[in-house]
Amino acid sequence: MTADPALSGLTGAILHDEIVPACAPWLHHVSKGEVLRIVDLEGNQAVDFLIYAAANDAERYSAQDTVAAQGNLFLRTGTVLLSNEGRPMMTIAASAVEYHDTIGGACSCESNTLRYGHHTKSQHACVDNFLEANLTQGRGKRDVVSNINFFMNVPVEDDGTLGIVDGISAPGLTVDLRAEMDVIVVVSNCPQINNPCNGFNPTPVRMIIAA
Amino acid sequence: MSGTADPKAARDHARAQGGTQVETMPVLPPVAGDLPAGVASQDLLWEETIAPGGYASRRLARGTRLRLIDKAGDACASLNIFNAEMPTERLNVADTVKVQWNAYLGAGKLLLSDMGRVLVSILEDDAGTHDTFCGVSNAASNARKYGEGRNSGAYPNGRDRLILGAAKHGLTGRDVHPCVTLFKGAKIAADGAITPVVGPFAPGREVLLRCEMEVIVVIANCPHVLDPRPEWHSAPLRVTAWRAGITPGDDRLRDATPEGQRAFLNTEDHYRR
Repeated sequence: MTADPALSGLTGAILHDEIVPACAPWLHHVSKGEVLRIVDLEGNQAVDFLIYAAANDAERYSAQDTVAAQGNLFLRTGTVLLSNEGRPMMTIAASAVEYHDTIGGACSCESNTLRYGHHTKSQHACVDNFLEANLTQGRGKRDVVSNINFFMNVPVEDDGTLGIVDGISAPGLTVDLRAEMDVIVVVSNCPQINNPCNGFNPTPVRMIIAA
Repeated sequence: MSGTADPKAARDHARAQGGTQVETMPVLPPVAGDLPAGVASQDLLWEETIAPGGYASRRLARGTRLRLIDKAGDACASLNIFNAEMPTERLNVADTVKVQWNAYLGAGKLLLSDMGRVLVSILEDDAGTHDTFCGVSNAASNARKYGEGRNSGAYPNGRDRLILGAAKHGLTGRDVHPCVTLFKGAKIAADGAITPVVGPFAPGREVLLRCEMEVIVVIANCPHVLDPRPEWHSAPLRVTAWRAGITPGDDRLRDATPEGQRAFLNTEDHYRR
């Protein structure tokens, strides 16, 4: 039997291993101490990512608290993902990609009309994935906040100019997230086709949870 | 014998306090001696100076102008903004910076909702130091920095102030979203490093906003979360609002960018009823 390179370095039992299809939502519980590995199977696939505290989902990932606490916009190995109450939710234990984004937000049917034109209104979008997944647990639109975009590249220039540009990931690259509390992870495997966040071609990603 | 030992004496004691003037208070009815030329005093809607560490929230009609003044050069106005008719629609900071391809706020910039509409536009700005990235302090961060950060203590935090302001309109902590902060800035380096730009600045810097929708504005005036000073510094924030016209179809700011123009088209469509 050939060892699966996507499992390399994970210790403990594999509790879950799933391919999330291109463009689809995904929701899963991750208990404190467990590690969630995201595998960018085909390269440069944005994985839009929200975190809720399992004990009280009014506590959720806060991009602003996270970047303020580390004094840097980019999420790298070692970044502690903080909640809106300033508590550690997950830590980026390892990342094969130099940095990830948390300022670009999630695409929506509505923001697509601004960015590209009203002809894109009918295209599927991350906010619809977030809503679909969250609604299964009683959360709604007001629970969707600024998210993480793993494998997405948003540089900021000196005059404040910013944008989603060509990615810096590649096929098979991974990011490992260690849960610092019991959390609910909500993902949109980004369906965007109008900018380079998915290389204009949404692809599947793999989610592996190890104890 | 105490002057408040019986209800009538207590009433007299309470009533004797009426009419007290302090710097940080609302003025009712509103009076402002420095309205811009052409603004009639009867159009004045709101005149209040928010205390250091304080907050305010108010529903404002479409077209209302909202002027914020950093009176002493050390105010920090963190804003949450909701569609008053449907508060699940609110400020989306990520869309605000992404759609406009720029993170630094100033005159001509729009504050966008999560429904692709313009909540508020920035008409004038002589401050130039604002922040879309860092958000507000919370109880934990103030406790680490100042020893405590409770609403009931001396060093209230921005998040709990926004929650109280939102709660006055029936909303909860679940509704308090990523904010923009006016008057205190954050400069971003190429490697992502954030440098806070907190002054203190010259007194009297102003930002003039135009409400493009029926909005609930929540303002917290607490020290910037990355203020490097070890002591808690905050200063009065003056707020003035007056009635004014809805943005016309040929407005220069409305048509300044294709993205902004489509955001105004979406906003106008929302009110087509």
